[in-house]
Amino acid sequence: MDLLAILRIAVRALTRNKMRSLLTMLGIIIGVGAVIATVGLGQGAQQAVQDQIASMGTNLLYISSGSVNKGGVHLGGGATKTLVTDDMNAILKQVPTIAEAAPGAGSSAQVVSDNQNWYTRITGTTPQYFDIRNWPFAQGGSFTQDDVTRATNVVVLGSTVQQNLFGNADPVGQTVRIGTLPFQVVGVLQAKGQSGLGQDQDDGVYVPITTLQKKITGQDWLQYIMASATSQPASYAAQDQITSVLRDRHRIRAGQDDDFTVRNLADVAQLADASSQVMTLLLASIAGVSLIVGGIGIMNIMLVSVTERTREIGIRIAIGATESDVLRQFLSESVVLSLAGGLVGILCGVASSMAITKLLGWNILISPTAVVAAVVFSMAVGIFFGFYPARKAALLDPIEALRFE
Amino acid sequence: MATLAQVELKPVALAVAAPAVIEVQDVHKYYDLGETKVHALRGVDLKVKPGEFVAIMGSSGSGKSTFMNMLGCLDKPSSGRYILEGTDVSKLEKKDLAAIRNRKLGFVFQGFNLLSRTTALENVELPTLYAKVEKEERLKRAKEVLELVGLGERLDHFPSQLSGGQQQRVAIARALVNKPAILLADEPTGNLDSRTSVEIMQIFQELNEQGLTIVLVTHEPDIAQFAKRIVVFRDGKIRHDDPVRQRPHAADVLKTLPAIDED
Ligand SMILES: Nc1ncnc2c1ncn2[C@@H]1O[C@H](COP(=O)(O)OP(=O)(O)O)[C@@H](O)[C@H]1O
Ligand SMILES: [Mg+2]
Repeated sequence: MDLLAILRIAVRALTRNKMRSLLTMLGIIIGVGAVIATVGLGQGAQQAVQDQIASMGTNLLYISSGSVNKGGVHLGGGATKTLVTDDMNAILKQVPTIAEAAPGAGSSAQVVSDNQNWYTRITGTTPQYFDIRNWPFAQGGSFTQDDVTRATNVVVLGSTVQQNLFGNADPVGQTVRIGTLPFQVVGVLQAKGQSGLGQDQDDGVYVPITTLQKKITGQDWLQYIMASATSQPASYAAQDQITSVLRDRHRIRAGQDDDFTVRNLADVAQLADASSQVMTLLLASIAGVSLIVGGIGIMNIMLVSVTERTREIGIRIAIGATESDVLRQFLSESVVLSLAGGLVGILCGVASSMAITKLLGWNILISPTAVVAAVVFSMAVGIFFGFYPARKAALLDPIEALRFE
Repeated sequence: MATLAQVELKPVALAVAAPAVIEVQDVHKYYDLGETKVHALRGVDLKVKPGEFVAIMGSSGSGKSTFMNMLGCLDKPSSGRYILEGTDVSKLEKKDLAAIRNRKLGFVFQGFNLLSRTTALENVELPTLYAKVEKEERLKRAKEVLELVGLGERLDHFPSQLSGGQQQRVAIARALVNKPAILLADEPTGNLDSRTSVEIMQIFQELNEQGLTIVLVTHEPDIAQFAKRIVVFRDGKIRHDDPVRQRPHAADVLKTLPAIDED
């Protein structure tokens, strides 16, 4: 019998028991839907994390004060007061693969315009900071190196701050107060959105590091140094060189822990990638289990169907159906069931992952591989779990089968 | 039913020395029921020549169905040989047996054994599907044989919409659709009233006249009379094997019976 005839017969047999076929398919629908949704979500999450990391800058090395591990205790950034601007200068001078670097120290304060005020983060840094972070300006521009040298009262606003203090008006040239000091606004950054941790990256202002240190905090140590390497491979070598430069400058003897941490963003990206992959795999395999449960449902129904149709099978064998004819007939029924379930499941999975990614503001990512895999897998489930019942049917003794009531 | 002549059946050599289509030699059949062994056939020898019309009779449990199932290649003898058109069937594989059932044999059962929720036409078409006949040819043949048995108007009826006699005709059409050499029928009239039974026998007689070899099981002597030869089974053995003298013509008998409207 040709494939089309077999399929037609299978579909007819299945539509005879619509409710039953539908319920059986439901197992596969849920299984495939769950796999597609979790894989889609996992990839969406992965992409979101990667975008986030990319938005922090390219080939970025992040040197923070404090050791990741000091006698087993994690110390956050700024826990020690040994990282200073001279460290940064030394790195720039001694590590050739570092193209640019910017210091970072921060505080929080009330920023006041004529009639509005906003409590926000204040970061002290240098003009290179915006370069390293690939952060373009919406209005105006950065303060200059000269501003840093002279510790002038100039400020760059994040877009959230600008919105809250000035609304849609152009703030460049206006004056805001930070604490008691007046600052002239020189630029507004483009909006960057939330960070991976849900923090609003646009809620902050930037002043020259020297201004922050001398006029606002009165402290001369840094929380971090951001440095960008000339290339990603170079960033790994740079990481080691920075470590040795800083250990030297901080007079850390061999065997002693670092009082700073150098993180390579490529590592972070890989780590994030790996962990979201593991997560995706985990979720997908849980979803895969439900696919197997769906397969068992198919097997169950096919066994019932073979028993119910024993007489029909007897008739078919008596008029000349071979074992493989009968096997094919029942296998095609289970495959049609699982494949139809798989296709509906893909639709459900795509729809739900689209809904969820939209809710989370991620990009929609439907992996074609996952879709193809789902089709292949559901077909495999149909063949695997349909084989035993189909074989049972094919091996029936026609005389016994014809006597079956 | 004037269409019988249109159907081409396999040309049959009617020479006196024609080789047997069916040759059964010392066939035994045991059913092993664990503690007891049922000896259903105890050494059966039978030769059927092309164009013969054999009626097998015997009391219930005498082994008729067991013998027919073996002739129909649905079952194998425990010992002995069964040679069908020169081939020793007992040596064939399951796949080849399926092909023989499909193409060389037509089987008609007491209980009709049609697929329910499947139209008359599709039921008849089924063997041609397994014979891998082209779609157009399938339809053509199925319609032809349904017309032959007088059901040309009921192609799209489901078995539940047909009378017993009509269902049995569909079953006969299905048995004929692949142009078999032999028609096997195990009590085909067992579930039918006497007039309908004679109608079925009329079809059988006409088919036989076209050259089809028929082996029929019945326990009704009236029905057996329509055959050319009667073989009587008792306790798994053949006790009598006689030609029928003064064979009635089913068509003539029908004229003497009161007509019943079947629709
Ligand atoms: N599948 C079977 N298992 C065991 N015994 C069987 C089976 N089929 C038939 N028999 C036995 O074989 C004998 C012949 O049965 P059967 O050929 O059906 O007789 P008939 O058709 O002449 O009435 C009976 O005794 C019956 O009980
Ligand atoms: Mg019987």
